[in-house]
Amino acid sequence: MKKNKTIERAIHGVFLILGLLTVGCVLLITIYLVISGIPAIAEIGLFDFLFGTEWASTAAEPKYGILPFILTSVYGTAGAILIGVPIGFFAAVYLSKMANQKVKAFMEGAVSLLAGIPSVVYGLVGMLVLVPAVREIFDIPDGASLFSAIIVLAIMILPSIIKVSMTALEAVPKEYEDASLALGATPVETYFRVSAPAAKSGIAAAVVLGVGRAIGEAMAVMMVSGNVPNMPSLFQSVRFLTTAVASEMSYSSGLQQQALFSIALVLFLFIMLINATLNFFLKKEKD
Amino acid sequence: MLNKKRKAYTIAMKAAMYISTGLTAALVIFLVAYVFVKGIPHISWELLSTKPSYISGRIGILPDILNTLYIVLATLIFVIPLGVGAAIYLTEYAKNKKLVGIIEYAAETLSGIPSIIYGLVGMLFFCQFLGFKTSLLAGSLTLVIMNLPTVMRTTQESLKTVPQSYRDGAFGLGAGKWRVIRTVVLPGCVDGVITGCILSVGRILGESAALLFTAGFAHALNGIFEGLTSPGASLTVALYVYAKEQGEFGVAFAIAAILMILTLLINFSATLVSRYFAKKREL
Repeated sequence: MKKNKTIERAIHGVFLILGLLTVGCVLLITIYLVISGIPAIAEIGLFDFLFGTEWASTAAEPKYGILPFILTSVYGTAGAILIGVPIGFFAAVYLSKMANQKVKAFMEGAVSLLAGIPSVVYGLVGMLVLVPAVREIFDIPDGASLFSAIIVLAIMILPSIIKVSMTALEAVPKEYEDASLALGATPVETYFRVSAPAAKSGIAAAVVLGVGRAIGEAMAVMMVSGNVPNMPSLFQSVRFLTTAVASEMSYSSGLQQQALFSIALVLFLFIMLINATLNFFLKKEKD
Repeated sequence: MLNKKRKAYTIAMKAAMYISTGLTAALVIFLVAYVFVKGIPHISWELLSTKPSYISGRIGILPDILNTLYIVLATLIFVIPLGVGAAIYLTEYAKNKKLVGIIEYAAETLSGIPSIIYGLVGMLFFCQFLGFKTSLLAGSLTLVIMNLPTVMRTTQESLKTVPQSYRDGAFGLGAGKWRVIRTVVLPGCVDGVITGCILSVGRILGESAALLFTAGFAHALNGIFEGLTSPGASLTVALYVYAKEQGEFGVAFAIAAILMILTLLINFSATLVSRYFAKKREL
């Protein structure tokens, strides 16, 4: 019997370790980013690093200001949300409330496909269709710009927004809608004035999830944004936080590479903030 | 009767809904059609069955296909036991609510971290600190961390459907905890493991940013063990390199078409499997 007990204890221990694995991974990532990100910030100076407007990492007198990247990421994400959220929201309302079974099944498949398409495929199509189109339509020398990136990001966040909003809208108790209809509201008025407000935490979670996706996307954006460290402007080539890390990583060393780790740390802090917000809305939705 | 304002509101909202849904549908159809039209003509037996050769100027993607396969296999082999173990701990062992909350929050955090950050930490930890260098193994291990929350969550979901009475029955017959887990709980995770595998494979196939600095860009033709210890490009990374650095758009679209077909297959099997399990549960 005693032997059995020790075995049980050992097994309990093994499962405890496995259970704590996710926590360990989060700690590992956090510690690595902090340790490798701090030295460059210390050397460059926090203020110069975050608010410096010039990034010239390979110049004779290198400058490491990442404000252009931060602003590009913020503007790019905001633009993607501005375009993607209304489209995703209206589509979600239609699919969860009005669409017949066939349309709904087809669209659910389509949305999952949209979510599953690899980001490099978005980048490739963006590079060859969107970028030339933007160049033609707006008559600018290079279509690889913040605008192109915003369009690609808006498309890429659509599936998360549609799916999460649909789940929230479908969870609205039918009694609410019935009551509104009985009081004389039309179905459409009911969906937008009763169902949508009732599902607002879930829809907010969808938006925050979209923000997270957009700010973290690297490859697709790299292929359509031109990748030049300019201060952001809609029709100019720009560089995002993610692409700043990706584009110089393979050949950098020394302070330049350390500065890239610092950029990743800044991106990570943004993501942690977004995660905390997301968690807040998800918890609210559960209550 | 509705007054004018309400009528206009209804029409405007309806129009917005139709336009948004139509736009989404059109977008998906366009993307699939465009990639197929541009890519399928470039898919040839030679492309699929050879490796690139600078001498003859030929491009073949067999190494990239194999690398992708190796990465998928290696990642699944690690992530399934780890994810299932974590799920079993959460549903069967953990009693401390606070600890469960922390673990679940960590899992959510992991699924929100962008792949470029995984790539960076993978490079620092697996390639440099553990000395795996740039290799498929380092890439796979990075993807293990990425997919851990997925497998954990799907397993947890399927374990919730194992009736508590089964466990109680087994305990009542005198079985120890470990025996109950082996004989009652583990068979109950099959659904979750299969779903988790499908979702993970989809994510691995589409991943590029996390592999760029951990698995590298080489196109060498290797066996699986040799392959795992040497650098290699997955299909997505190869697509990126051919499109962005070499301007080989034909090859890039051929790879995109292959990836699109794989994505369709994955989605289709995910739907089939979830329908099958839902039916099984009803019985």
